Amino acid sequence: MKRADIKICLLRVGGTNCDAETKRSFEALGAKADIVHVNELVKQRNLIEYSALVFPGGFSYGDYVRAGAIWAKWILAKLGKDLEAFVDDGRPILGICNGFQVLVEAGLLPAFEGVSQQPEAALANNVRGYSCRWVYLKHENMDKCVFTWKVPKGMVLRMPIAHGEGRFIFPKEKEKEFLKKLYDNDQLVFRYCNGDGEYAEGGFPENPNGSFHDIAGICNPEGTVFGLMPHPERAFYWWQQPDWTSKKRMQEYGDGKLVFESLIDYLERKG
Amino acid sequence: MTQRFFIRRKTRFPLYEINLLGAEDMQLLEVSRELGIGLNLREMEKVQNYFRRKKRTPTDVELQTIGQTWSEHCFHKTFKGKIQFNGKKIDSLFKTYIAKATEKVDPKWCFSVFEDNAGIVSFGKGYGVAIKVETHNHPSAVEPFGGAATGTGGVIRDILGVWADPIACTDVLGFGPLNFDYKKLPAGVNHPKYVYMGVVAGIGNYGNNMGIPTVNGAVCFDESYVGNVVVYCGCVGLLPLGKFRKNAQAGDVIVVAGGRTGLDGIHGVTFASAELTEKSEAVSRPAVQIANPIEEEKLKRAIVEIRDLELASAITDLGGGGLSSAVGETAKKFGCGAEVELDKVPLKYGEMAPWEIYVSESQERMLLTVPRGNLEKVLKIFEREDVEATPIGQLTADNVLILRYERVKVAELDISFLFKPPRTVRIAKYESPEFEEPDFPEPSNLAEVLKLLLSSPNIASKESVVRIYDHEVKGNTVIKPLQGIYAGPNDAAVLKPLSDSWKGIVLSCGINPSYGKIDPYWMAASAIDEAIRNNVAVGGRRIALLDNFTWGNPEKPERLGSLVRACEACYDVATALGTPFISGKDSLYNESPLGPVTPTLLISALGVIPDIRLAVSMETKTSGDIIYVVGETFKELGGSEYYRLRGILGKTVPKVQVVQAKRIFKAVTAAIDAGLVKACHDLSEGGLAVAAAEMCFAGGYGMKLDLRKVPQEASLDRDDFILFSESNSRFLVELSEQGNAEFENLMKGKPFAALGKTTRDRRLRFIGLKGKVVLEASVDELGSMWRKALSSEVQP
Repeated sequence: MKRADIKICLLRVGGTNCDAETKRSFEALGAKADIVHVNELVKQRNLIEYSALVFPGGFSYGDYVRAGAIWAKWILAKLGKDLEAFVDDGRPILGICNGFQVLVEAGLLPAFEGVSQQPEAALANNVRGYSCRWVYLKHENMDKCVFTWKVPKGMVLRMPIAHGEGRFIFPKEKEKEFLKKLYDNDQLVFRYCNGDGEYAEGGFPENPNGSFHDIAGICNPEGTVFGLMPHPERAFYWWQQPDWTSKKRMQEYGDGKLVFESLIDYLERKG
Repeated sequence: MTQRFFIRRKTRFPLYEINLLGAEDMQLLEVSRELGIGLNLREMEKVQNYFRRKKRTPTDVELQTIGQTWSEHCFHKTFKGKIQFNGKKIDSLFKTYIAKATEKVDPKWCFSVFEDNAGIVSFGKGYGVAIKVETHNHPSAVEPFGGAATGTGGVIRDILGVWADPIACTDVLGFGPLNFDYKKLPAGVNHPKYVYMGVVAGIGNYGNNMGIPTVNGAVCFDESYVGNVVVYCGCVGLLPLGKFRKNAQAGDVIVVAGGRTGLDGIHGVTFASAELTEKSEAVSRPAVQIANPIEEEKLKRAIVEIRDLELASAITDLGGGGLSSAVGETAKKFGCGAEVELDKVPLKYGEMAPWEIYVSESQERMLLTVPRGNLEKVLKIFEREDVEATPIGQLTADNVLILRYERVKVAELDISFLFKPPRTVRIAKYESPEFEEPDFPEPSNLAEVLKLLLSSPNIASKESVVRIYDHEVKGNTVIKPLQGIYAGPNDAAVLKPLSDSWKGIVLSCGINPSYGKIDPYWMAASAIDEAIRNNVAVGGRRIALLDNFTWGNPEKPERLGSLVRACEACYDVATALGTPFISGKDSLYNESPLGPVTPTLLISALGVIPDIRLAVSMETKTSGDIIYVVGETFKELGGSEYYRLRGILGKTVPKVQVVQAKRIFKAVTAAIDAGLVKACHDLSEGGLAVAAAEMCFAGGYGMKLDLRKVPQEASLDRDDFILFSESNSRFLVELSEQGNAEFENLMKGKPFAALGKTTRDRRLRFIGLKGKVVLEASVDELGSMWRKALSSEVQP
């Protein structure tokens, strides 16, 4: 597929609020990105016209139940079939922050045995409450995740988080089993670490929310569905970095760009 | 009892006529009290005369409408009224000092000042920046979470009310000491910690959920805030100036959009225009609205689209006074009358009396006027966003406000009457209080003093508050509230709002309530200087100001006298520095069983930076750099944090040398533009010592500075005074050695000096007047005390 033909669907509903900057990131790379209200998508039923789907950050429906839960159920009820066809066709889906919560609530992640009826994990309330800060992430994925394949394994990236519910957890009794699956399937993508790449081991503030195994982002076994709590769109340009004023020479882009670039390059090559 | 004046009309819905045509003075006042409309005798007499002339009795809807429109909150009677001050006559504080300052400065870049819901300045590329700061003190006192959340929600709607897309929020908060003795708390006053937790969470709840970054603010603590919490919520928006539509005319349809109308927020404005009492919580809780930020987020999307398609002729928010002020003010502004069918207004539940519908302050509602031909398109846009929008009436040509309910006329008022309340005449008095300059020996351990200052609540890190606000959403925050890995306190926030331009918006504030205890004039002057120098420190210029007054009961002459003093300073300093006021808001009657609020003026500054790549942060960048102080240090420790530590107020409060201040600001800006400045930090609470310490631990370097070099007044003969004086218009600047000649050239004629250098060893050292090290401390220890002091206080 030619880059200019790539068309990304940025889905929104009342409370979605990171769509504009996410659109900007895709467009900076030469792809087309439409911000589409779910009501429109339900009316047009044209999801399949898009190369990839993104659930941006925000507070869908105010997160008045569990974060992301209402939108997940709503989507499944209204667009379940379309979404399933989209996933089955191997088209990439990205969930950022609230979008990650939606993907987990909808059973699209971790989706060990395909899309699950019930959520297999949760993004629970942070141990220390809402927090907006920059964190370090270690890239864990071997080569499966289409959103990070351009990132070398072990690379330390920096992005900001801003959430109150991002503590990734599995059911206590299944922790070991599920973690093994994540490793076996190469589903682990980002783990919280310090600037030197040492895992946070649950320590604050490196692990900002108390996530199990310092998990910040995972993908499905196929590597086409990816969710993360940090915001790559807020780490796209150099001037978004928290310490650019103290650096003599900044690289033109931030680490967040790698996520968007990986996807676009993947789509380009996929044909 | 006044019951005999109330006559129930024979309608299916509750409607009363109040026969006050023959009422006597006492009875008029009782009617006012009974209806909760807070009108005084002169005002009630004017109402009585009006209806006598009309030869009919008013309805409850009419009296409520008048009460809302004439409230202090809606009409700003004190600021617009006449004042006799120490024998001088002042015809409107607002016109005499605030608006006049702007007229005198007369900047070409102001697009709209004071006129509208928010002030607007031009930004370039056809865009304008709108800004507004609101007070929400009274509601936050009785219901901290809801009060603060709806304060934010309300100021965001003010920005929508000038067709701007909100891009940033600010918050400045004042609380009682968090360790206030519970036993001293009078009935009806909430403990500062409870208020603090609620307010802080409430603000975050709204801004975060709407996806608007909260990028600048301050938190101050003062005993007088125990009974009178201070909550300032600000919002900044961006709009294409070519899409600014305010040209409604008769025949346009009045549409109310957003949340439904309910019983929350009835009489919010009359409540806000009275003192808080023991009963406030029980009586006034219904006056506080309930927040639903997601509703407003959807509303915002629809409004931005309607703006871009230029489908509406005017817009305003429903805030204080609800429909009554939005409809009335819209009609008045465009020289129209209005007809509204109150039964069309969508309600949260049935059974609301017509007057309740008309004055309810339920949140998340906007009022638009739409040319008839565009109505369908407008309603469609709202529908697409899942937002309820309802035509409720129209503008008319006859200057009369007519309200109907189920086709029964429930109110008919002349707009000209409605907006001409009797001018308030108040007496103001001001006598300089007698204070004494304290006399105490210089402490031997100045490092200990510095540590105490850094961990005092007014100076300590506000990280525990800042982190629970999303300051990164929208991805345009270039200079953030907290700097770098050590989370140092930046002086101002910088935003880059346009993708195709390097131009930035610079936001900062100034607030010095302690100085006002000695002299409100110099408090106001200092707040202006602080707001501007914070802006200048990061690279801001072309600064516009906003004034937000929180004062006590203006009916008491001393309170009003100090307000006049502050206004005088606003005029003097703003004109001298060439910084116009573009918007403001006052909150008066901040009195509780514990007494009046300390007069508190917040000055917010909106600057621009032509290229964000020039912006400067406050942390030390490397070792071996030169540290300069710019500005002169005086023996001005009255109201300082240093004196406060010792339980002293003092006498000599920091002043502003306006001529010198202006030249210093200009020179610092020139140095920044020349790319010479590696770090810049303003000197404020805690003076030179605190500013140097903050730069050190924010960057991870030490400093060795010589106090003998500080440009200072001769009488400043003590190390502690030089270290901790809070004189205005001062900066600390870090420079690499290569840049010093050019810098010194730019500074020529201004007070400045190289004090020393940054060091690798992470120790802060000051050499005293006798040539010996008088203060030495570990930067890491200082940083850790600064960071932990407040967060340990509020962690559960």
